[in-house]
Order: sequence, then C-alpha cells, then structure tokens
Amino acid sequence: MTELRTHAAEIAEQFSDHVDVTEDEVESKLQQLVEEYQVPLDEATRSVRNSYLEAAGIEREEISQGGSDQVLVNEINQDEQWVDLRVKLVDLWDPRSDSISQVGLLGDESGTIKFVAFKTSELEKLTEGKCYELSNVVTDEYEGTYSVKLNRTTTITEIDEAIEVGDNSDTVEGALVDVQSGSGLVKRCPEDDCTRVLQNGRCAEHGEVDGEFDLRIKAVLDDGHEVQDVIFNREATEALTGIELDEAKQLAKDALDTTVVADEMRADILGRYFTVTGPTLGRYVLANEFDQHDGPADAESVLIKARSI
Amino acid sequence: MSESDAESVSREVAQRVFAAEFNDASYTFKESDDDRAPVYLLLPTGERANRIFVVGTLTETEDVGEDNEYWRGRIVDPTGTFFVYAGQYQPAAASALRELETPAYVAVVGKPRTYETDEGGINVSVRPESITEVDAATRDRWVVETADRTLDRIDAFDAAGNEYARMAGEEYGDTGSNYTETVVEGLGSLETTDELGADVAADTDGDRSDSTDDDAEGDAVDTADPSPQP
Repeated sequence: MTELRTHAAEIAEQFSDHVDVTEDEVESKLQQLVEEYQVPLDEATRSVRNSYLEAAGIEREEISQGGSDQVLVNEINQDEQWVDLRVKLVDLWDPRSDSISQVGLLGDESGTIKFVAFKTSELEKLTEGKCYELSNVVTDEYEGTYSVKLNRTTTITEIDEAIEVGDNSDTVEGALVDVQSGSGLVKRCPEDDCTRVLQNGRCAEHGEVDGEFDLRIKAVLDDGHEVQDVIFNREATEALTGIELDEAKQLAKDALDTTVVADEMRADILGRYFTVTGPTLGRYVLANEFDQHDGPADAESVLIKARSI
Repeated sequence: MSESDAESVSREVAQRVFAAEFNDASYTFKESDDDRAPVYLLLPTGERANRIFVVGTLTETEDVGEDNEYWRGRIVDPTGTFFVYAGQYQPAAASALRELETPAYVAVVGKPRTYETDEGGINVSVRPESITEVDAATRDRWVVETADRTLDRIDAFDAAGNEYARMAGEEYGDTGSNYTETVVEGLGSLETTDELGADVAADTDGDRSDSTDDDAEGDAVDTADPSPQP
C-alpha cells in the first residue's frame, strides 16, 4: 500500500460510522492536494479530515483516530493524542462546572493523571477504587501539565484486577552544578504538620520558633540541554555525603557556624555526575535513589557518531 | 519552596564546550534591552552560552592581583586551555584556587567573559561560580559528554531555523564543522591520558596556541578584564 493509500484508509475508517465514504474517494482527494497542489501529505491529510468533519457535522474529538496506543499515564507528553489506559480511579473531585460529569485522578503503576468526563459524552459513571480499561481518551495539556479527557467514543470496561498506583517517578541525570542556599544543616519548624525550613530562626507561618535540626540538599542537575532541581532529604544527604546529622551538628558547633556543613558537602558533590530517581514535587525531583557515575564513560559510541558526521 | 522560584525557572543551562572552541569565540550579545538580561557568548558551533561546565586539569594558579587577591588558574582539556579568574566577588572559587595543589582535576561552573586585548583582539575567559576537585573518571566523562554535545551542535548547524548557527555563520564564517576534528582530538586523548602527568604533557604538545603566547594573553587580562577588580 502506498503511504497515501494508508492515510486514505485511516480516514475512511474513522468516518465510516458517520458519513458515506470510501477509500477511493479519500485517496483521490488526497492525491489532488498532494500531486496537483504540492501540499505536503501531513497537511493534505489534515485538510481532508477536516472536510469530512464538517460534512458530518461532528467535532474533531468525537472521531476515533484509529489504533490508539495503550500508554502509561506518566508517558503522556503530547497534547491531543488518542490513547488507551488501564487505570484505577484514585480520587473523584467535585466538578466546578455544570458541563462536567466527573473529574478526578486516574492512576497506574507509573503515576497519576487528572481526567475529565463531560455530560454531553453521556458515559457511564466511574466508581472510586475500581479499575478500568479506557480506550479512546484524548490527552490535553495546560501549562505543561497533562490530563486526559473522556469523550463520546471512549469505551469503558471495568476490569477485575488490582492496579498498584505509582508515584510519578522521574529519572534525571547530569552534572551537579549548584548546591543552593537552604542546603546543609537546616532547622525546621516544630509545629504539627509544619516542616518549613526556618530563615534566621523564623518560620514563614509560625514566626520565631525553636527549630529542629535536619539535613537536606537542594541541588541542580544539568545535562547540557536542561536543568533540573533535585532535593536530597536527610537520609539521602547522609548517604550522598557521608556526613550524618550528629557529625554535621558537631561541625557547626566547632565552627560556630552552620554554613560550614553546606561548604563541606559542596566540596564532595559539586561537579560530579549523578542519576537521580524519585517522585516529582513541583519543580523538584525528590532523590529517593541516586547513583554517582564514577565508572568509565563510553567514548567509542561518540567516536562513531563523530565519524558519521 | 517559593524562596528561589524565580531564580531557578530562568536558570541558564551550562554548555559543554572544549577549550579549542571556547577560545575561538569572541562575539557576545543580549536578547533584551534589560540591564539585567543575561549576556551570551556565541559559540562557533551555533549555540549561546551564558554558563559553561568544564572539567580539566588545573595546571597553574597565580595571584595576579595588586592590592587584593585576584587568582588566575589555567585549566587544561585535551584541546586547549581555559583561563579562569576569581577575585573578591567569587570568594569560594578564589579560595579554591588559593588552596588547591596543582596538578589536580577540577570541575568548574562559570560564566564566559570576554575582554579586549591591547592589540584590539578579543579574548575569552571564565568567571567561576564554583571550582571543586574531582577524580579522573569525572574528567573522562566530561570529555565524552562534551564531545557528544559538540557533535549535536555541529549536526544541528544546518537545520532550518537554527538562529544561533545562522548568527555564528555571520560572525565566524561557516566553521562549525571544523570542530569535528576537535571532538576526535578530545576523544583520542582518553586512551593515553589516564595519568595526570600524561595529561599535562598533552597540553604542551596538543595545545593549539603557543604556550608563551597564552601567558601574554593572560597577562593582558589583568589590566583589561572587565570583571570587577579590587
């Protein structure tokens, strides 16, 4: 089958439920655009698809794009993709708009993602804690955060399976290029449910308090393309630097200065390469696991790349 | 978590660049009229650099300041030498240069700075944010990574819409692909320079510019470097 014919077949398949259309007809429309008018195939496909949408009087979202892929929620990184999910309904929220039937959180082993179902789609309602196969949902992006929308073509199949919901773990690697202020030996607010780090003995919420000592490192990993903020909690900081809380307190006491602890840690970790894995929290990756790269680097593959240019 | 949001959202990536390419760069620019807008050094392979990350061998340090300490370090990679300058406004880096015994492998995060020489040429140096001693494995990884990133830039040089490649073509001529040689040179050094001694030797042999010349250029900085002098 030619590439043109493949696209024609896809379009015909998508609209077969809605309008009377044949592959030949679609192909000839595509052919005209591509061969006669020199329109690139992508654009021609889009244009022909739109013309059928209009003819059928339906919205783009109501047709299936055919053959959506089953993905993990954490793999979703593009807007307007048609995907299938195997998920557990983790949480339902109160809809803020009358047009919304259900809104909440779906999860699979990779993490969680927000979902929305609209009243106009007339779908059966999902139940919290149950697991489903959802086919034909559409991804959506808002300010870098992804969600999925259920729509009229979405099929919902309840499955008898316990899905473990993951924590949206991310793995980042690069050179550790900065240890930021607020790292090393810090004091945290002792109030219940408040773990804020004190600034000059003050908590932003509770004012002047008698803080409790803790260790943490806020650092930046940089791979030459992107930067990523990472946080090492006390346990990770101790493992990373070999400096334990008691030792850190002693260092600070001897120097009459808490900043010596961060300085000591900087010397151990700045400029080294790390891989860090953990859940994302805002713009941070929490370093649940990390690995320093101190083995030999693979020069051979880069040399091959150089020769191929 | 909000205390440094603004700082990190706009944090500039540290480019990986070999000394041979870095020292060929001379053109700097801003992308907005704001006084505080970042200054970028245009790399000949077509990328902007407001920050760089370098791992190499610190071979010499010298206090070249007059009234106050002003430290110069020579950091050698397989293709050439980076000059770093740290004074009272870079206290951590200055004390690292004061205290480190040479030769030593060091990692440097820093900002490119350019200055005009007495002869009217443009030289480029690094104003370090941090200098830490590292091991040979980290240096080797940097060489491989920098080779890889340099090849990525060369590969993307002719891509449509590569604004910085277009700019580099205008400023330096279409020299981007010459740095494939630099990459091969850098990678080639890994087989033979496992020892610090061998690495230093590679500097005098393989450095693209005459080493006495380097010193002269370095000296010119002391009077002409735009970094705040004590």
